[in-house]
Order: sequence, then structure tokens, then C-alpha cells
Amino acid sequence: MKSLRYILPLLAFLILAGFLARGLNLDPREVPSPLIGKPAPSFALTRLDDPAATFKRDDMLGKVWMLNVWASWCVACREEHPLLVEFSKRGLVPIYGLNYKDKRPDGQGWLARFGNPYNASLFDDDGRVGIDFGVYGVPETFIIDKQGVIRLKHIGPLTPDVIRERIEPMLSKLNA
Amino acid sequence: MHNSHTRPRPGRLLVVLGWLLALCATALPALANDAAPAAADPALEARMTRITAELRCLVCQNQTIADSNADLAVDLRRQVREMLSKGDDDAKIIQYMTDRYGDFVLYRPPVKATTWLLWFGPALMLLFGFGALAVVMRRRARTAAEQFDADDPALFADPHQS
Repeated sequence: MKSLRYILPLLAFLILAGFLARGLNLDPREVPSPLIGKPAPSFALTRLDDPAATFKRDDMLGKVWMLNVWASWCVACREEHPLLVEFSKRGLVPIYGLNYKDKRPDGQGWLARFGNPYNASLFDDDGRVGIDFGVYGVPETFIIDKQGVIRLKHIGPLTPDVIRERIEPMLSKLNA
Repeated sequence: MHNSHTRPRPGRLLVVLGWLLALCATALPALANDAAPAAADPALEARMTRITAELRCLVCQNQTIADSNADLAVDLRRQVREMLSKGDDDAKIIQYMTDRYGDFVLYRPPVKATTWLLWFGPALMLLFGFGALAVVMRRRARTAAEQFDADDPALFADPHQS
């Protein structure tokens, strides 16, 4: 009973320290998306390179695909871009871009300059489709399955680790 | 040997003070807020502000959507404005936001199983504290009598009497 008096504060301290340590390692910018496991929001947008061609969510039904949100004004997008170009060459998954709140010439010029990893980029002029996808920190990457359900969301630039540890396993699971 | 030359002269102090005041004056215009665009419908604008003041801006997480000047916050204010003018009620707008960004956007998180600790944790801690206090006080009251030695009359005996 006497020893409890010394152990209890130590225990309380350890529990508190545990919580704080966990808090230090959490990234407050990584907000868990409520969209995971839900159908991708429906959209119909024009293509960045062709204002006359529209692209709808349901065009991709039956395929596993990747949606990468980017913009020419987005610095972090440039950071991830070489990796995305390299990843697209492996042909693991069709990659579509969501050109978020950009201007057509700027977006097209950006792709011409840094390379185009996308099968197509969709032009989200006023950012409404971005809002429907819960986008708040460009770049963001989604993986959508054959039924049109969002299965993975990554906020911020892709890294080799993210591709290896989250994207590739998810793709092989969905394509199995 | 007087080292009076190191003592700051009042004249120099005044100059420094003057400069500081001048600096403050140049900083003042930065405090002025940019004027909000004149709203077409003040009542709707007021409702919009009231709702968005309850929502967290995800770009700058310590600001509300009403306060933030981030692009996304501007877009979301426009979205709320449009939904209100369509006749949507508050609950529908809150639902719209949580569907996209999760409960994290709410500055007042809902009471549910995963947030019980958040809501009731502080009260629990307070109860625990009172409990501990009660235990300590009761124990102290019980032990008080035996903890202290009875006064020894000899110690307080008046030396003049002996």
C-alpha cells in the first residue's frame, strides 16, 4: 500500500508522456478522410487539353484508377512530379489529373515543361469538384476501385515510401 | 576617475524613444483589415458568417472558415452562401461539410462513442481529483492525533518559578 503512493504518480506520468509522445508524432494536417470507403463524388469536367471533351466519373467504372490533384501554382506538386512521371511509366494504373483552380494555359504549359504523367487532366476551374473530394492540401492522391469507391487518399506530395508502402499494395489488392 | 561618459544621456534616450514610436506608427496600417465585400443580402451574410464561424478551415487549422482568407475558405463561404440562398438549413450545410472533411471541421465535435473521452474526460479528471482530495483529507484527519506528541509541560515551565 505504501509503495503504491510512489508508483501511482510514476504511472500517471508515463501515461501522460505516452499521450504526448503520440501527439508529437501525429501530423495534424493528415485529417482522416470520411470519403474512404464511399463512392467517389460524381463529376463531369472538361479535359485540360480540350475544352470540348468532357470526362465523367462513370467513364472509369470497371477500372482501378488514380486521381492526382495538382495545379501549376502548387509548389509541392512540382516536388512530387518527377516521381509521378516515373511511376506512370511503370503502367501500374491509369493516372488522371485534377487540375485544381488553375488556368488552362498555365496548366498546359506546366505539363509541357515538366512532363505529363496523366492519361488526361480534368480542368476544375472553380474548385468545386475539389471541394467534393474534400481537397484542402494540394497535391492529393486518391485511388478509386472498379466499383467507383475511394479506397485510399494521400495528402501532400507522394514519396517513394508512400508509393511502395501504401499505393502499390493497394493496387495489387484491388487488381487481384 | 569618473566614468560618467557611459551613463546614457537623456537626449539620446529621447531619440531612441522617438524612433520606436515612429516604427509603431508605420506598423499600424498593417493592422487595418481589408473591408468585407458589401453583401447583397445582409441577413444571408449574417447566417453564413454564423455557420462558418463554427467550422474549422482545413488549410490554416486554427482559424474558422469565417475568419480565414485562404482560398479554400473563400470557396467554402461561397458554397455556404449558395446553399443558404437555395433554402438549405444549417443541418444540411453542416452535413455537407462533414461529408467531405469529417468531424474535424466542427469546432464543436458531436458527442458519440469516439468522442466520449474528449467530452467527459475533463469532468472525470475533476471527479478523480476530488476523490483523491477526500481520501487524503480523511486520512489526515484520522492520523492527526497520533502523529503529534503531546506537549511536555516541562518545556514550557516558567524558569522564574523554579
